[in-house]
Amino acid sequence: MLLKKGNRPLAVLIITLGLFLPAVAHADITLLNVSYDPTRELYQDFNVAFAKYWQAKTGEKVTIQQSHGGSSKQARAVIDGLEADVVTLALAYDIDAIHEKANLIPKNWQTRLPHNSSPYTSTIVFLVRKGNPKAIKDWDDLVKPNVSVITPNPKTSGGARWNYLAAWGYALKRYGGDEGRARDFVARLYKNVPVLDSGARGSTTTFVQRAIGDVLIAWENEAFLALGELGKDKLEIVVPSVSILAEPPVSIVDKVVDKRGTRGVAQAYLEYLYSPGGQEIAAKHYYRPRLASVAAKHGKQFPKVKLFTIDEVFGGWQRAQKTHFADRGAFDQIYQPSR
Amino acid sequence: MAVSLKRRHVLPGFGLAMGFTLLYLSLIVLIPLSGAFLKTATLSWAQFWSTVTEPRVLASYRLTFATSLIGALINAVFGLLAAWVLVRYHFPGKRIVDALVDLPFALPTAVAGITLTTVFAGNGWIGQHLEPLGIKVAFTPLGVVIALTFIGLPFVVRTVQPVLQDLDVEIEEAATSLGANRWQTFTRVILPGVLPALLTGFTLAFARALGEYGSVVFISGNMPMRTEITTLLIITKLEQYDYAGATAIAVVMLVSSFVLLLFVNLLQWLGNKRYA
Repeated sequence: MLLKKGNRPLAVLIITLGLFLPAVAHADITLLNVSYDPTRELYQDFNVAFAKYWQAKTGEKVTIQQSHGGSSKQARAVIDGLEADVVTLALAYDIDAIHEKANLIPKNWQTRLPHNSSPYTSTIVFLVRKGNPKAIKDWDDLVKPNVSVITPNPKTSGGARWNYLAAWGYALKRYGGDEGRARDFVARLYKNVPVLDSGARGSTTTFVQRAIGDVLIAWENEAFLALGELGKDKLEIVVPSVSILAEPPVSIVDKVVDKRGTRGVAQAYLEYLYSPGGQEIAAKHYYRPRLASVAAKHGKQFPKVKLFTIDEVFGGWQRAQKTHFADRGAFDQIYQPSR
Repeated sequence: MAVSLKRRHVLPGFGLAMGFTLLYLSLIVLIPLSGAFLKTATLSWAQFWSTVTEPRVLASYRLTFATSLIGALINAVFGLLAAWVLVRYHFPGKRIVDALVDLPFALPTAVAGITLTTVFAGNGWIGQHLEPLGIKVAFTPLGVVIALTFIGLPFVVRTVQPVLQDLDVEIEEAATSLGANRWQTFTRVILPGVLPALLTGFTLAFARALGEYGSVVFISGNMPMRTEITTLLIITKLEQYDYAGATAIAVVMLVSSFVLLLFVNLLQWLGNKRYA
């Protein structure tokens, strides 16, 4: 084989396209944005806006292709050779993995863009049935014995890990930093979970379509989306007193952009996310904007919550993953049969 | 199978055909599977053993093998019945029923899983009638059995059907004229004839169920220790970038499936010898 391993799928694609579309124009730039599930609508809008902006600025036409799926599944695809120019994933741990396993990105990737390379944020809120029949106000209500809680499996879902850490962080605050009591709190919460779906969308379906559970723990943007789809006469959003600041990070994939010669436009693509225009689109899709002016404009939409970051409470994703979600970690111990 | 290679074959092209078969099997089956073994080999023996004998993994083997076996057994009984009806009777809409049998083959497994969950959930068409009776299907091992029965059905029907078709009605008539009652005709005449095919269909359905992922994750609820199937645990390992751990569990599944398939083939061979 003359081609390097990573090139082969692309080469096959090009040859196939070449066979069928001999007259395709080569001047256009294409970017591949590999993202996670709930950002589909956000990036559809954003890509159109960016293409317009880029053409006005440079005269070049840029087409952005999107790929969506579970966050770590997407990271694995990039590690295994999917030629993403940029990755926009659910958690920093997945982009760290692209550095660690395939070295396509330098170790300090998260310091290259403002705000930990997260142009928008979200948080974890509760979705309850209309009228809030179980009177769920805060995390404490989720561990009551007669409450049924829906959340996905943290071992398979990035969103579920944010949910879990939000509950743990709340308990730590409540019990003055007592790890043992926090562990007990989270264990009690998961005792109330009847179904652990493999992804966040699966949990939303379980809660909304199958009418299982009293409360769904969800990303704020997912909760708004469910509310929009199903109408406000069925569901309500409840914002807890304390929650986690979810920072979905973005990065260019250095090895890919250098090979394809797309570094400039890929960089501009990510920077445009931080611009007023990009921030406005993020806010429209229920992601909390970073830019103060845009945030102020949408202040009503995003209720004030006391937010803690994963770095403050858990010492970053690498450590959180190891203590909580790795095999035989804190999450597994909840389900370990007592011997 | 036990033909000596040295004997001269009546059919030409044995060398070429055999060579092609071996190459084909290597490319499609052996090389990808040996990848799993090679990746697993990066673990030490102790790491391998602790990965594949964790309580959660053990619980998933129990669930996967038990539900696959039950699903395959249900299919063996009802698949045989369906094949019988399709071969021996003529009725309007027979072709449609015949085509329906193949549907589980064609349907994407995720679609099957979501549909079954919708139907059997507490507020679904069937689920709402079962729940008052105290029967919960979705998000229990019973739901897993249903999903695995669904995907395994065509295997039994499609392997038994042609054999039943070849079974001459005259043999049954002869049995009757020699004084056999219906039950004896079935157990002594028909069943021995279709048993090898039934066993093959059962084995295929069972093997397919062991590796199933898409349709089960939706209906099982994925509760650790209770309704997690082994393939889900393989995926959870991958989500943690633990490639070696994932392949370790895959290897255990592969080896145990292979042993089981070998065992069923042996049974079949013994059976053939007896009735031949």
